[in-house]
Amino acid sequence: MRGTGFWQLGQSITRRLAQTDKKTIARRYFASEAGLKKTVLYDFHVANGGKMVPFAGWGMPIQYKDSIMDSTLNCRENGSLFDVSHMCGLSLKGKDCIPFLETLVVADVAGLAPGTGCLTIFTNEKGGAIDDSVITKVTNEHIYLVVNAGCRDKDLAHIEEHMKAFTSKGGDVSWHIHDERSLLALQGPLAAPVLQHLTKEDLSNLYFSDFRVLDINGAQCYLTRTGYTGEDGFEISVPSENALDLAKALLDKSEGKIRLTGLGARDSLRLEAGLCLYGNDMEQHITPVEAGLTWAIGKRRRAEGGFLGAEVILKQIAEGPSIRRVGFFSTGPPARSHSEIQNDKGENIGEITSGGFSPCLKKNIAMGYVKSGLHKAGTKVKIVVRGKSYDGSVTKMPFVPTKYYKPT
Amino acid sequence: MASRLWAMRTASYLRISAPYRGFATVIKDLKYADSHEWVKIEGNSATVGITDHAQDHLGDIVYVELPEEGTEVAQGASFGAVESVKATSDINSPISGKVVQVNTKLNDSPGLVNASPYENGWIIKVEINNADEEKKLMDHDQYTKFCEEEDAH
Repeated sequence: MRGTGFWQLGQSITRRLAQTDKKTIARRYFASEAGLKKTVLYDFHVANGGKMVPFAGWGMPIQYKDSIMDSTLNCRENGSLFDVSHMCGLSLKGKDCIPFLETLVVADVAGLAPGTGCLTIFTNEKGGAIDDSVITKVTNEHIYLVVNAGCRDKDLAHIEEHMKAFTSKGGDVSWHIHDERSLLALQGPLAAPVLQHLTKEDLSNLYFSDFRVLDINGAQCYLTRTGYTGEDGFEISVPSENALDLAKALLDKSEGKIRLTGLGARDSLRLEAGLCLYGNDMEQHITPVEAGLTWAIGKRRRAEGGFLGAEVILKQIAEGPSIRRVGFFSTGPPARSHSEIQNDKGENIGEITSGGFSPCLKKNIAMGYVKSGLHKAGTKVKIVVRGKSYDGSVTKMPFVPTKYYKPT
Repeated sequence: MASRLWAMRTASYLRISAPYRGFATVIKDLKYADSHEWVKIEGNSATVGITDHAQDHLGDIVYVELPEEGTEVAQGASFGAVESVKATSDINSPISGKVVQVNTKLNDSPGLVNASPYENGWIIKVEINNADEEKKLMDHDQYTKFCEEEDAH
């Protein structure tokens, strides 16, 4: 889902490192570093011990003083504050913004109640995923959405192209890119009680995927009860001039229990929650059906189609996809993306797309794609790491139970 | 300890941004490779591990891939790997020879490499076949300086 290309980026760096003189790489890397964008919290991260790394064109903290292991555990036990201002917030406005967006995504946007949202996928003509995004219907004439930092240019070009065609036929839709805002993700069991200190609005009736415009710590914020960790929590879009104060206030109100958390732990958390990382677990050639996200395709959309690649996707829903995204437990070293998956005869049946050691479960977890028929929980597989094959088995996701705040 | 480890690399390029890091320990009697392994040579026997500096950069080690006894290792060539939560890193042998013992305790307790990189977290013992190779390695002063320079990048 969010965060894009992070680990892929790493792999390409190290692949180059393996081939070229290290010093050349270091210099080249430095040069590109100068061009990195900084969020308004950059200096705050550095002051708090953030190890800053290049990510999707931004200098972002991969971790702070806590290890990735400790950060991951603390998020589930207490809470985490992430700066995710590199992600791109966008508003679509106009009488026809909903029919317009429905041409590009698989969600039943018309069917959303105002003030609610969902995860959706932007598709291409072949039914592949251009990006995933959390969208919210603010009103019937205003959609707010957040797309991946690494997909920003591609997504905006895609939306703009279709918007031009749409408006030229008389459709009423326009956009605003929220570069004046920053985005903080507050996640974990203390997220709601801590945030409640900073707003007068009652958060107990704001459920998972709900959205509200409200005053937090004296600034007008867009609040979505969502996240990328599997925990209860919020993403807070705050005017950039108020972002630092808000980050400090959230940390202060938690009395040190909610800790600044970097992209490293964020990736462990989303993997444990079974969530896709776009660029690893989902790509241009993977459909939402193959990615196990058929649930995100609205019932009405399945009947009517009307989004890019609908023919391919609806056919896959009817006939079943040829490959499927599944989870794995494995022995030996943690499987990483591109590890080969084999059956017990040593024949290739798929590939790992994300993997690592689960700080919460204390064992190796991974996700990847296998041929349909071999996707059932309990199926025994072999996962090849550095030429040796290790035992693994297909497992249901999420690996760690999710704790979204839903009405009982 | 070379290159598959991008997280550590990327982080170390940006070390200037992370001035808090404490000083890693370097032990006097050992010799060091530029890929961050140490070797302790006693006669024709050598004990090999990864340095405090390396384990500090890697973070929590969750798996150590060990060679089998009897395997031949060559100076500068990979013989195994260490895995942290997010990264994989090769372990290169600082010296050539035959593996005569592996630290099987690491199978159950890979964290020994973090807790005790120069003692309980040793990785292999090697019967060396060319004592001259030692000359290509750094002593503790050279290695300390090497780490400082690398961190400055």
